[in-house]
Amino acid sequence: MHGMTAQATGTDILDVAREQVLGRGVPLTKEQVLDVLRTGDDRLQDLLALAHEVRLRYQGPSVEVEGIVSLKTGGCPEDCHFCSQSGQFTSPVRSVWLNIPELVRAAKQTAATGASEFCIVAAVRGPDDRLMEQMREGVAAIKAAVDIEVAASLGMLTQHQVDELVDMGVHRYNHNLEAGRSFFPRVVTTHSYDERLDTCRMVKESGMELCCGGLVGMGETLEQRAELAAQLAELEPHEVPLNFLNPRPGTPFGDLPPMEPADALRTVAAFRLALPRTILRYAGGRELTLGDLGTRDGLLGGINAVIVGNYLTTLGRDPREDLALLDELEMPIRALGETF
Amino acid sequence: MVADAGTPEPVPRVGDAGAWCGQCGEARDDAAGHDRCAARAELEPPRFCVHCRRRMRVQVTPGAWTATCSRHGSVERSTWS
Ligand code: SF4
Ligand SMILES: [Zn+2]
Ligand SMILES: [Zn+2]
Repeated sequence: MHGMTAQATGTDILDVAREQVLGRGVPLTKEQVLDVLRTGDDRLQDLLALAHEVRLRYQGPSVEVEGIVSLKTGGCPEDCHFCSQSGQFTSPVRSVWLNIPELVRAAKQTAATGASEFCIVAAVRGPDDRLMEQMREGVAAIKAAVDIEVAASLGMLTQHQVDELVDMGVHRYNHNLEAGRSFFPRVVTTHSYDERLDTCRMVKESGMELCCGGLVGMGETLEQRAELAAQLAELEPHEVPLNFLNPRPGTPFGDLPPMEPADALRTVAAFRLALPRTILRYAGGRELTLGDLGTRDGLLGGINAVIVGNYLTTLGRDPREDLALLDELEMPIRALGETF
Repeated sequence: MVADAGTPEPVPRVGDAGAWCGQCGEARDDAAGHDRCAARAELEPPRFCVHCRRRMRVQVTPGAWTATCSRHGSVERSTWS
């Protein structure tokens, strides 16, 4: 059955997905994801409803809420074409560091929303000694003051740095694939896909949870979007953050149009069907791409985690709006340490 | 991070209305207008000082942003109610 497309068998892909993913917990293959991405707008509501059933069955009704903060902003030597923090483009984002008291304040604010996760992010190729020192001090200060899990996203790591982060008590590490392998060279030229995979694998083996996702809407084909879903599924991350391109002024992708909402929602559902047991998080670009109505559709179409408040360089919704929506949808906030 | 209270008065603050657009850095009276910039301000902190057009150092946190011009000081805005 694997690899056989719906067209080839004459079977409807949503029927196949219902039996295979919902019924047996077997993720969709790359070809099957592509079939889902090719379904028309007239199937969107059925698709979202199915993805929601899958999420409820394998992940339950709760939603993981996370806050993120930039410890070191801008001036990154890498050239990820979607990113306003690269020092290689004429983006207006300037380099700035957050101090430890402000980091702790941000963690406290995040915890006050009921969030269980606080992710510290730095715009770097990989950490240097100064950044690792800041992390050690910052993570200790947060743990002493706030009841929240600390995650990190600091670029590519050495084995020694992986061990150090484990030692600090960092429980989850974010390192995205960004795009499917075949599209990746169009997005990043300063490092390779395999270098990214190396860090992801080291993180998994360390016992930290791996958070690994990507962006869609960067001009990739539907095949390449399906490829990203399949490559993520193969890595089996604990969490997949899904970003919709938010075209940043001055970056090579700055003039691309934002994704169509229906396209974005189809992608959400398709990723859920490829990753039935993974936390699937709304990350950047949801306000721009989906707005309020789309946010709600996605939460009823496979998403079970959100970022609350602002992003690294852009602003998010007021957390009260997100929390009120979760309340209305009867989706409790996932408690600290709660797993499935 | 907020502008120091000891600064002599005539120094304008980055949040005040000025000659330049904080979003795109172009002149405010530019015929093209700044409607898109105004809309973008909902989802973006300012990047340019409205008084001198310098690029500012901007720190975003989950519930606030702080923008600092080396000449005209800082402004901090809470984004949570
Ligand atoms: S490595 Fe991260 S911060 Fe640097 S350019 Fe790429 S996405 Fe941006
Ligand atoms: Zn403007
Ligand atoms: Zn100024």
